[in-house]
Amino acid sequence: MSERTTNDGLRNDGIRLSRRRFLQVLAAGAGVLMVGISAADAADAPVPLGLLGNTFYDLGAFVRIDSDGNVLIGARDPETGTGVATSLPRIIADELDADWSRVRVVPLGLGVADNNGQPRWTYGRQIGGTGSSIPAAWADLRQVGALARWLLLQAAAQRLGAPANRLRCESGAVIAPDGRRLDFGSLVEDASKIALPNNAPPPKSADHFQLIGKPAGDVDARAIVTGQMQFASDQQSGDALVAVLMHCPWPDGTLEHLDSSDTMAVKGVVKVVQLKPEPGQPWGSTVIAPAVAVLAEDPWAALQGLHSLKLTWKPGASNSESSASLEQQASALLISTTDPSARVRNDGDVDVASKKAARRLQATYFQPWLAHATAEPMNCVVRLDKDKASVVVPTQSPRDAWAVVQRLTGLGPAQIEISVPRVGGGYGRRLDHDYVAEAVMLAQASGKPVRLLWTNEQDLDHDYYRSGSVHQLGAVLDRKRQLLGWTQRMASASALTHRGVPDNRLWTSEVDADQLPAALVPNYRSDWYALNSAIPRGPARGMPHLSNAFAVESFIDEIAHSMKEDPLDTHLRLLGDPRQVALSAGSTLDTGRLLNVLKLVADRIEWKNWLHSVNGLGIACWHVNGAYVAHAIEVAMQGQKLIIQRVVCAVDVGRVINPMGLEGQVAGATLDALSTALNLAITFNDGQIQQHNLKDYPLASMAQLPDAVEVIIVPADDVPPTGASFLAMPTAAPALANAVFRATAVRVRRLPLMKELLRLL
Amino acid sequence: MAPVQVQAVPVTPDSTIVPEKVREGIALEINGENYRHTGDPQMPLLWYLRDVLRLTGTKYGGAHGENGADLVLVNDKTVSAISVPMAKLADKQVTTVEGLAANDGTLHPVQQAFIDEDAIGCGYCTPGWLIAAVDLLKRKKQPSDDDIDQLPNLCRCGCQTRVRRAIKRVAAGKAGQP
Repeated sequence: MSERTTNDGLRNDGIRLSRRRFLQVLAAGAGVLMVGISAADAADAPVPLGLLGNTFYDLGAFVRIDSDGNVLIGARDPETGTGVATSLPRIIADELDADWSRVRVVPLGLGVADNNGQPRWTYGRQIGGTGSSIPAAWADLRQVGALARWLLLQAAAQRLGAPANRLRCESGAVIAPDGRRLDFGSLVEDASKIALPNNAPPPKSADHFQLIGKPAGDVDARAIVTGQMQFASDQQSGDALVAVLMHCPWPDGTLEHLDSSDTMAVKGVVKVVQLKPEPGQPWGSTVIAPAVAVLAEDPWAALQGLHSLKLTWKPGASNSESSASLEQQASALLISTTDPSARVRNDGDVDVASKKAARRLQATYFQPWLAHATAEPMNCVVRLDKDKASVVVPTQSPRDAWAVVQRLTGLGPAQIEISVPRVGGGYGRRLDHDYVAEAVMLAQASGKPVRLLWTNEQDLDHDYYRSGSVHQLGAVLDRKRQLLGWTQRMASASALTHRGVPDNRLWTSEVDADQLPAALVPNYRSDWYALNSAIPRGPARGMPHLSNAFAVESFIDEIAHSMKEDPLDTHLRLLGDPRQVALSAGSTLDTGRLLNVLKLVADRIEWKNWLHSVNGLGIACWHVNGAYVAHAIEVAMQGQKLIIQRVVCAVDVGRVINPMGLEGQVAGATLDALSTALNLAITFNDGQIQQHNLKDYPLASMAQLPDAVEVIIVPADDVPPTGASFLAMPTAAPALANAVFRATAVRVRRLPLMKELLRLL
Repeated sequence: MAPVQVQAVPVTPDSTIVPEKVREGIALEINGENYRHTGDPQMPLLWYLRDVLRLTGTKYGGAHGENGADLVLVNDKTVSAISVPMAKLADKQVTTVEGLAANDGTLHPVQQAFIDEDAIGCGYCTPGWLIAAVDLLKRKKQPSDDDIDQLPNLCRCGCQTRVRRAIKRVAAGKAGQP
């Protein structure tokens, strides 16, 4: 259905794609053609097309073609290093048959309009670093390019007097059968006058892809290597005060005494402000812990002022907590007969199966609390005027940043502008916006624009951590060594506590009901036990697969060992024949694709030598949201030193948009997971975090990490693309621990691995 | 968002005064230009670069530069910019990531190789890796894996294996080639 409205001589019409989404065309005078998707959020009332706006930035993920042939594409999802600012625009550009060398990508801030006092999210979903950008983009972004291409083709057909279906597009031009070539730029004006079709033109067939599936470097690469890339923490704002702060060691503590006279004596210091969490606000939307901020004319003055503060904090009730005692509680719960907080899955009857067992095995795995340790610390620039808030923020979810600003300022939906420059690492930390609340409060308290800069110490001491966990796994085997039953009992502190999530859903951040070997074992039971802790928790990269894959894939290796079987064979028997296995919520596990990645890494690392290798070989596989991953790792011990000789990773993510970007994500996630497994743990005692900087929380050095990660990408063009930002995390640690077991005969059931290995050796 | 380029104003030595008048502050050279710092001599170089000169390529990398994002070259040695006060930089030559490319915009081979290998995660710590790699390749034309292992930088995005390839690409003279 086509509708048309005219505003001030501008063309503004579109094709309704669904009740709340329009494919929209804008032609702002001569020489510019724009196509985009205007979306209304599912929570909004449907809006008439005429309200969709008629300016450049009213279009969300858009393409703009100028009369000189240059193409501008808006990137709607925050770029945290996962490559979406490159891959999403390439999806549009391919559909348009654009010349990539003439495409410029601009990051879009939050798209929000005022819909009778309520926000309308004009760009649709905007979220980064959660593995969902590509699947969502595949569903809608291609239509943007397809419509723009269709309009250009119609314009060319008119000019050439040839039917449009005889023409083709290639690299920024329409080409006639006789070889005549019309640059897109020359067609823009005519194309902007073409009447729209009734239905959206279908995306092109895969055999015509020009960019999808071909490697492309990061669109920001040149700006990054020349030091010109402006992150939020690089933004200079003439009259803004720089704010640095110090939080109370206990989230529920209070400020007992503050003497800021020395601080105020520091040249350049303007003000000292106290901050407090707002009672009743969920985690991640208000100040994380009481804090004292120093506002100054520049960072050096602010930091000197901060170090001159004389203050004492009074602990809250959380000062009795320690990570060690929480782990003891968890262990006690798991061996008790207490009912679980949630029965996550219960197939068959594992108790009955257990009675028929020829063999029963059990093992318990321990995993530490983790921090996010983003490279760029938390920061935010806020400028408040009477009827406007301008915010520059490194966020993975601009909409949630908006909500915090709106609540604290009471401004209308469209009076808040959220800009999101490239983000210096997310990993889930920037799905929370405590630092945005702080910056707004400081701007309100000082009456000046504020640049809030956290230090790395504040980042590590005041995070929404990933909880530590204890996993007690049990296997029931029959005489033929088939797995009859599987029990998983896990205890952790949910990342969803204090976030408005009902108690019966708190398990969903901690364990996946469909994780291996669910649906492959006839009798399977998964129970989750809640731990209570005042230490804040939140989303973390790879959650909940990271901790569970370590436990499950280590345990399968232990089962293999106990049966004196090759762990690859144990895996192959568990997965069975290639087939579709039904999972929860209508999704399926394709065991053939999982077998394939497993066999690929096994072949590459020459697994057939596993028993006789001087070094240790380990293997692991996993599936995440319809994507499949396996790692094979080879290690050697040189005295007390663990050498990771080889790392092979195979992934099947369905259709690959950008193999170069994917390889980087897979290698990067592998190294992140190895670094985490080898070294990292957050501990607390008396309610206080004990790691304050990267010396205490030592990300792996270049020397500790493997020299290369051999990445195998499975061509799977028959399957729509899935996200890959954390896919390669879960299997790295168990493959490593399994390899260490072969090399040393030491089974590491507790992470971080190096500390435990040296203890056990 | 378009990169904001702010030109700092170089202080040109005044050659018309003989003998040269004693001038306040700390004179130093940054990316081939002369500067004079007249503020607090204890101010770390990092804040002078980022906040006074607005050369923001060098990043904050922890109170002691733990992740290496604040590495710069001072007289051809890698230094954590937050760990060195301006007082120690009189008459020194500083090179930041902004100073690696030639004046005509031609990239340094190390910069080009980082692009070739897409040796970039989020990109925040990349300037520090570039400085460390430039320093390494200056000292050793053909660095071994063990030499590369000595780089002090940390990166959670996991760019290390791609950085290693980029360094080897430069050593092989293949920066900018397919």
